[in-house]
Amino acid sequence: MTHGFPWVTVLGAIPLLGLIGVLAVPSDRHEDAKRVALGASLLTLVASIVMAVQFDTGGNRFQFTQDYDWIEAFGVHYAVGVDGIALALILMTTVLTPVVVLASWHEAYEGSVKGFFALLLATETVIIGVFGSLDVFLFYVLFEAMLIPIYFLIGSYGGPRRSYAAVKFLLYSLAGGLLMLVAVIALYFAGRHTFDYRALVAGNLHISHNEQVALFLGFFIAFAIKAPLWPFHTWLPDAAAEAPTGVAVLLVGVLDKVGTFGFLRFCLPLFPSAARTLAPYILGLCVVGILYGALLAIGQRDMKRLVAYSSVSHFGFIALGIFAFTTQGGSGATLYMVNHAFSTGALFLVVGFLATRRGSRMIDDFGGAAKVAPWLGAMVLLAALSALSLPGLSTFVSEFLVLAGTFTTHRWFAVIATLGIVLAAVYALWLVQRVIHGPLREGVESFRDLGRREAWVIAPVMAVIVALGIYPKPLLDVINPSVKSTIAPVRSHDPAPSVPVTLGGSK
Amino acid sequence: MTALAADFTSPSIDYAGLAPVLVVGVAAIVAVLFDAFLPRRLRWNTQVVIAVLGTVGAFLAVCAVAHHRSVTAAGAVSVDGPALFLQGTIALLGLASVLLVADRTSDAGGAFAAQASAVPGSADERRLASSGALQTEIFPLLLFALSGMLLFPAANDLLMLFVALEVLSLPLYLLCGLARRRRLLSQEAAVKYFLLGAFSSAFFLYGVALLYGYSGGISLDGIRTAALEGTHNDTLLVLGLGLLAVGLLFKIGAAPFHAWIPDVYQGAPTPITAFMGSATKVAAFGALLRVFYVSFSGLGWDWRPVAWAVAILTMVVGSIFAVTQTDVKRMLAYSSVAHAGFILVGVIALNRAGLSGSLFYLLAYGLTTIGAFGILTLVRDPDGEATHLSRWAGLGRQSPLIAGTFALFLLALAGIPLTSGFTGKFAVFSAAVSGGATPLVVVGAIASAMAAFFYVRVIVMMFFAEPVVDGPVVVIPGGATAAALAVAAAVTVVLGVFPQPVLDLANHAVPFLR
Repeated sequence: MTHGFPWVTVLGAIPLLGLIGVLAVPSDRHEDAKRVALGASLLTLVASIVMAVQFDTGGNRFQFTQDYDWIEAFGVHYAVGVDGIALALILMTTVLTPVVVLASWHEAYEGSVKGFFALLLATETVIIGVFGSLDVFLFYVLFEAMLIPIYFLIGSYGGPRRSYAAVKFLLYSLAGGLLMLVAVIALYFAGRHTFDYRALVAGNLHISHNEQVALFLGFFIAFAIKAPLWPFHTWLPDAAAEAPTGVAVLLVGVLDKVGTFGFLRFCLPLFPSAARTLAPYILGLCVVGILYGALLAIGQRDMKRLVAYSSVSHFGFIALGIFAFTTQGGSGATLYMVNHAFSTGALFLVVGFLATRRGSRMIDDFGGAAKVAPWLGAMVLLAALSALSLPGLSTFVSEFLVLAGTFTTHRWFAVIATLGIVLAAVYALWLVQRVIHGPLREGVESFRDLGRREAWVIAPVMAVIVALGIYPKPLLDVINPSVKSTIAPVRSHDPAPSVPVTLGGSK
Repeated sequence: MTALAADFTSPSIDYAGLAPVLVVGVAAIVAVLFDAFLPRRLRWNTQVVIAVLGTVGAFLAVCAVAHHRSVTAAGAVSVDGPALFLQGTIALLGLASVLLVADRTSDAGGAFAAQASAVPGSADERRLASSGALQTEIFPLLLFALSGMLLFPAANDLLMLFVALEVLSLPLYLLCGLARRRRLLSQEAAVKYFLLGAFSSAFFLYGVALLYGYSGGISLDGIRTAALEGTHNDTLLVLGLGLLAVGLLFKIGAAPFHAWIPDVYQGAPTPITAFMGSATKVAAFGALLRVFYVSFSGLGWDWRPVAWAVAILTMVVGSIFAVTQTDVKRMLAYSSVAHAGFILVGVIALNRAGLSGSLFYLLAYGLTTIGAFGILTLVRDPDGEATHLSRWAGLGRQSPLIAGTFALFLLALAGIPLTSGFTGKFAVFSAAVSGGATPLVVVGAIASAMAAFFYVRVIVMMFFAEPVVDGPVVVIPGGATAAALAVAAAVTVVLGVFPQPVLDLANHAVPFLR
């Protein structure tokens, strides 16, 4: 059955067609292959915007749904559709993919250009599918399939330790994924033989508290590795540092959101009682992650690793908002997912620009870059400011919502987590100071300023960061109803704040 | 005496139901005759034609009698759903193996020694090798083994089981020793396989004797009814069950009876390894399934704890040892041990889903295995196949298509979604969960994660490592190998994306006919 235009399928199909197009280009015409990839990703972006416009914020929770039998023997359906959260994340994906394609223009080595861009498009298709699937089995299949293109992207096109990083990434993810497979199977039998997410949420699932805890952990560990939450994060710095710039943006900005998305989509509504029991421990992990990630970011000498560790800290914030079980926290976390993609994306991109110019990712090799390349310097500064959540930039809104949402239910966790903001200022500003200010270093004098392609890469990202910082309401309007119904099974109503607050027009 | 003779009526034989076995058996005999009487230069091509016709004929016969259900030959053979499904699988795998055996483009002499009796390294051997002599006996041997395999999952009494076991094993012992390259390794493998195989047959036969003593008959169903009555001597039953299981577990390569697998798989000519790794495993699992689902299903409480231990051991041992291998062929051998463990998880489920899931897994796994070993025949250096992992470095740059196909097979073996391996794994794991064996599935998931490591390592070598200087050459596959590989790759993908028709087939195949 199809309700409304099958947007999710169409969105997934466009990059797939683009992939075929890229492969069909004769192998000596690299530029054409790149153009096809860019065209396909832009077309996906346009289609996703049309879908977003048609999304009715007051309508059903899941819209543009399709539901067909896929593997009857397992009770598996091809069921897709989006709610507000999924819509926001799909938009984030479709906006970032053309950016990534453009940023990777000169990334692939001679002779394998087609492969690189084909893999990028394959990743986009799979990620859209992951966010859009309403069948647990379909979600799982795509969740695992997602690893393969990224694995090849890191392993074939990455830095010197790419092979180690790619294998570590794959094995970590597979280990978590296989445990989740057990939970998925158990969920099927516990949920009266269905993988249909809507049926499972609507009450098909009747399991005891202990069973809930076991299944919750099966899902949680896979998502915590993917997100990544401390202490499951150790693959991320390696993978992100070795990945080509564009792939790092895709990996940390988009792909890892599947983990936090999974918390919201599965862990909370399907296993509410387990979520309530385990929340304090998970919040503990989040707070440790926030501080640990930030402290390690301060200590890094490699810029890409610094960004990766800062992401560990940010993922701690996102999970904090999710497991606070308040609408504010949940909405903040969802908004944070989107904002983090752009903010970290911007950081990875400017670091990539710097690294290509200098041929090194080490902070010590830089200094005074702003003197010779003022626009580049400005972009580094802006990206760093968004990482430390400067008011007026998008990240501030989400971080504030998360902390405020957490404060109402878990005061001390919020208080300690706030220290993370201070530490963020340290690593972000110190990075700016060492890289673009100070005396001009040898090797930096010859830096040229932002090129035209680079400007096209970074401009949309910055525009989104500023726009969502000033006026996040449209996105919050989309997110809020879905977050409410996601959190409802865990907590029927938000605790009344002792001091009433109204934020971002969200209420 | 006369009275006895008068009482004897010859059992009715359902020739239609037995057609798949008979076709291959007849083809084998015809092949022997042709080998004896044809002039030398015509033999190879004729044999290839007979073998292909025999396997295709067997497959068509299975299709023709697909809806046939009967217990025939005085209860000795049961033509039922699982048997036919497995026979179809085995016929397909047999065909693919024949194609691999028949391909001589990568090595002018084929994968087999010119004459098995020539002493390795002797002048005799060199003379034979340069004369271009070919050993054509491999085809009848292969067909005889295949007929045994087709009979094995259909055998419905203990004697027929034993006969089929020996018919499939004896030619395999010989085939293992016939490699053209590294002949000493190959002959060692044959001797090892023969000795251990003979041991396991003895165990099996001892078990048959005890079970005969227990139930007073040889029929599998008789054992079930006797066990249900519960008035007989249980010691005989449990001992007989254990010994019978040893024989069967040896054939499927389950730990702790797996020690022969790596040596034999490595030493045997690669097309024969492919044949053993796929068709033999399917046949042996077919027999194991029948024995446990028909005779001993009521005794689940007795054997399931042991079977749990065996399955866990098999999965863990296979995965851990595979991680330490540096030879791709040996690594695939250990991986086949691990997969035997995964299929055992489905067997232990002891329900309809477990049976159909195991059937599906066997089909998916068999074809992927044939494909993987088929690729091994293509990567060569001057001494034959280059199976050391380090030699595979950078193969993905040299020939992306072959390396990509191999990567597909490896990902399927690792159980990555959208490949047949995942569907199979999901089928057996979900059956086991519904059969109350969730802890076993958790172990299976952990073992799968370990197993992923060594599959992925090969992909890393092929795609992410710099090519080695004067590395191996990837031979352009001949038509026969290419066909086998293409089918294997296509099935691997189709069963991952649209498995429904084959799952239906497997579902309709259950249950066993008693």
